[in-house]
Amino acid sequence: MMYPVVPPEWGWPIIVYFFLGGLAGGAFFTAVLLELVGGDADRQAARWGYLVAFPLAVVCGVLLMADLGRPERFWHMLLQSQSSAPLLKWWSPISIGSWGLLIFSAFSFVAFVDSLLALRRRAVGWGLLPPGPLRIGFLLVGALFAFFLAGYTGVLLNATNQPVWTDSPVLGALFLASGASTAMALLALLVLLSRGAHSTVRKLEDADNWTILFELILLVLLVLSVAAVTVGGTNAATVLLRGGYGLTLLLGVVVVGLLLPLGLHLRPRLLGPANPIVAALLVLLGGLLLRYVVVMSAQAL
Amino acid sequence: MARAMGFYTDTTVCIGCKACQVACHEWNQIPTKSDYKLLGTSYDNTGALSAENWRHVKFIEQFSDDRKDGRWLMMSDTCKHCVQAPCLDVCPTGALIRTEFDTVVIQQDVCNGCRDCIAACPFGVVQFSENTGTVHKCTLCYDRTSAGLVPACAQACPTASIQYGVIDDLMERAKGRVATLQAKGETRARIYGDKDILGGLNSFYLLVDEPEVYGLPRSPKLATRNVLPSSLLGVGSAVIVGLIGLLSFRKRRMDSPPPSTQA
Repeated sequence: MMYPVVPPEWGWPIIVYFFLGGLAGGAFFTAVLLELVGGDADRQAARWGYLVAFPLAVVCGVLLMADLGRPERFWHMLLQSQSSAPLLKWWSPISIGSWGLLIFSAFSFVAFVDSLLALRRRAVGWGLLPPGPLRIGFLLVGALFAFFLAGYTGVLLNATNQPVWTDSPVLGALFLASGASTAMALLALLVLLSRGAHSTVRKLEDADNWTILFELILLVLLVLSVAAVTVGGTNAATVLLRGGYGLTLLLGVVVVGLLLPLGLHLRPRLLGPANPIVAALLVLLGGLLLRYVVVMSAQAL
Repeated sequence: MARAMGFYTDTTVCIGCKACQVACHEWNQIPTKSDYKLLGTSYDNTGALSAENWRHVKFIEQFSDDRKDGRWLMMSDTCKHCVQAPCLDVCPTGALIRTEFDTVVIQQDVCNGCRDCIAACPFGVVQFSENTGTVHKCTLCYDRTSAGLVPACAQACPTASIQYGVIDDLMERAKGRVATLQAKGETRARIYGDKDILGGLNSFYLLVDEPEVYGLPRSPKLATRNVLPSSLLGVGSAVIVGLIGLLSFRKRRMDSPPPSTQA
């Protein structure tokens, strides 16, 4: 007897949601950071961040609804079904996560419209929200919800009794770092494809390098924390690392998703003009595979 | 709230007749699959608790290699109706509620099938039904107990292995039974589900072996115990990532001029 638990059968909709949620949150807070401390040349990347964050948040909502056994009752996450009064259980990660996604969607929607208007007017500056303290305050609060969206999904997994998930408190931190890393890669990719500023791409790659290193540390902590737990004679690390999952984590996430892009960033001429594009795509693939391994390995007992 | 009510299951007198399973199905009108067979390893035929089986009689065989010495352990398993219920804690919709009897019930018209309660249950009790799109488990016959009746399984149990009543009274009875068994030489007799486990299980058991032998976790925990440490580490991660961004993105002399083509 190992774990007398039953898996919740969270599959691809949840895996993709975890990935896109990290990407949406990461894109938004990366955009805010770029706007606040970056130069004029970085504004395009920030705008890309706002332009992708809201559509991704919408896709996240759709995925979450599609995964429900009764999708038409999705609103029960937010309102009490009898009284329609707001329902928030701060100690329930899905409850607080539903509100977090909703509020993030609202912030990202305003930033999305703002960027769209600025584009249509071909304005050098911004559309809906003029520069100033109000704009900065709005973006900073939005960034808090963006950080939340990128990381709470790991907390959600940790707040269960499933093997691996329950055994490591670093999942939230790891998912947040991964969300940041994948978002930096996505923004670098979009800047490249839209022939934007190379200095911005370099900044995003620099930041991604440090984030990748941080992610590697968190991955080691994940494995160590899981390996510290033995239930019924079976070490929890064997659940995470056995068979194809261990291979996917090592080759797919660590080598392909982290080390290769890091190497490509440090050797920018290795693949010629395709170098930054390949690096960004590999980071994105690694982020998806990380969610896949974490979500599926624990449920495949 | 009324006094806590629940089950005391004395596994030493269970004969594995499965009358409890049948009574549960009949009273709750739970659809059954038509292709039930013996599993081939024991007289069990449903295998485990499920969305369709809110009770399950476990058959555990303990025999020596030469089969000269052995015993059968039988245990009618169901939801533990934990005082600190992990499923209820994580439920985002309020579908899982605590009743006036201190039992835990899923409101079928509220559940939206997110399945977080399944992930949180340390006993593997709560399960998803494709038929209804919601999760199911024992209600401790809330409809019957509200009307002053005994739950169907306890009513049907011919050996009083499943007893229903006020938890404090049942616990006192169980402790007396443990003392009797130990006095007779069954030193492994113990109660599983006193206040040391999740604040107490309102469906608790008298076992005559380690919990793991019965497929029960030794020390089940609240799922939400992890929320605070996990969140704090998440905040730490956000601070580090934020600092990385601030240091990497700051304006530099070598920045390119603003691109003419906007995103």
